[in-house]
Amino acid sequence: MRNNESSEKQNRRKFIQHFLFACASFIIPGIIGAQELVRKVGTWVLKNGYVPSEHHWGMGIDISKCIGCGRCVDACKKENNVPKEPFFFRTWVEQYRFLENDGVVVDSPNGGINSFKAETSEKNIIRSFFVPKLCNQCDNPPCVQVCPVGATFKTADGVILVDKEYCLGCRYCIQACPYGARFLHPETRIAEKCTFCYHRIIEGLDPACVEVCPTQARIFGDLTHKASPLVRFKRMNNLSVLKPSLNTEPKVYYANLDGEVR
Amino acid sequence: MLSIWKKIPEQIKRLSFLVILIVAGYLLISPLFIPPDFGKYGHFRASAVEEIASQQMNYVGHEICANCHEDVSVIKSKGYHKNVACEVCHGPAFLHAEDPGSATLEAPRGRSYCTLCHEYLPSRPTGFPQIVAISHNPMKPCITCHDPHKPEPPVTPKECSACHATIARTLSISYHIYLPCTRCHETPEKHKINPREFTPSKPSTREFCGGCHSIDAKSDKGIPRIDLATHGHRYVCWQCHYPHLPEAK
Repeated sequence: MRNNESSEKQNRRKFIQHFLFACASFIIPGIIGAQELVRKVGTWVLKNGYVPSEHHWGMGIDISKCIGCGRCVDACKKENNVPKEPFFFRTWVEQYRFLENDGVVVDSPNGGINSFKAETSEKNIIRSFFVPKLCNQCDNPPCVQVCPVGATFKTADGVILVDKEYCLGCRYCIQACPYGARFLHPETRIAEKCTFCYHRIIEGLDPACVEVCPTQARIFGDLTHKASPLVRFKRMNNLSVLKPSLNTEPKVYYANLDGEVR
Repeated sequence: MLSIWKKIPEQIKRLSFLVILIVAGYLLISPLFIPPDFGKYGHFRASAVEEIASQQMNYVGHEICANCHEDVSVIKSKGYHKNVACEVCHGPAFLHAEDPGSATLEAPRGRSYCTLCHEYLPSRPTGFPQIVAISHNPMKPCITCHDPHKPEPPVTPKECSACHATIARTLSISYHIYLPCTRCHETPEKHKINPREFTPSKPSTREFCGGCHSIDAKSDKGIPRIDLATHGHRYVCWQCHYPHLPEAK
């Protein structure tokens, strides 16, 4: 009787041991593989000596400085050969006008590329401002999650890019982006978006929109470097991001943003 | 071993054959479709990053211009346009920087370019210099009076409305239009030259507004009166009433 009981116990112990080993055989290769990938990404160097894992890019936009001149929209199109016709924008400027009767008018004629026109009904406006918008380069990007082929992805420096050779043009990502920051290129039929001017930032230059902003409403910088202009921007301003409730963790930070802006 | 094989039901054997065939087929064919560098640094094609990084640049950046155009950059560095990059007005200059002889840049000389920034819009932040183009010397190109590299008003603005256009417009339909701005805002002379460093004051006491609006003020009869002793103390008047357009009409 006693003997029987102890062998039963041993059997149970054996079973648990085997079970745990079996579990580990599934999990451990995954952990090792992930560690290996992290190590590999750390040693990743682009052709010009740029190391993606040493940077983490972000942008700051000060609403109280934007004059709505649309130079950023123009420069973005010229820098990145974005189609000239309306509706195709990697960045655009919106105008918000709050009226006396609590109404809000939001417009963006041709993305604000030719600036804006004063309206005759302006005497009813109690408050008004411009909001430049672009891809928020989310740290938790919905567009990357939904891409069925891995054509859109987050690099080690936090920028979301699109692989032109690999994109199918299925538009899943355009649907998934809560900020409307993507569009389908009318000729190439691939999903396009802001890249933070990746070809410029790896050379140490600012994105084109930041370069031409005449009032420094746009600030660009590296969040990992203490002396970056963006870190100062984050320290000195009341910041918010667009649609924080979606947990997309945008890396475009707005200073003095009104709650009405989404 | 053979006995185990005999114990497996026939349908499982056939099914497993099919599964093995599918798995082997996948392993054979998938390398043909998946690029070798896919998944190297994550769930993407590693060489795509190099392709995106090698995109042709069009804007060259503001630092390089001073190498040849030092005279202009010295002038510009002292003016209000010091933070406006050369390429904002002159356009993308990458090719010009590579080969200045063949690729020349344009300079916008008409009125329509300057007004992209300086036309009056109610949405523009106050303090930003704005004009209404149709009434501001309509036939003259801006550059006849203003040097775009060191823009200054030909005369220091006498009127606050040159920069505070929205407030000026709001004020124009208000009873307070008859008060000069300096009646309420003590304005240092340097504010006109260096507006953000030297800012005008706002009235800091209730008694200031009370000078006209309190019950016992010696002012015109038509002016609305209030008893400062009982009305809204704890607040300076302009914390409730917008002085540029007081709601009492």
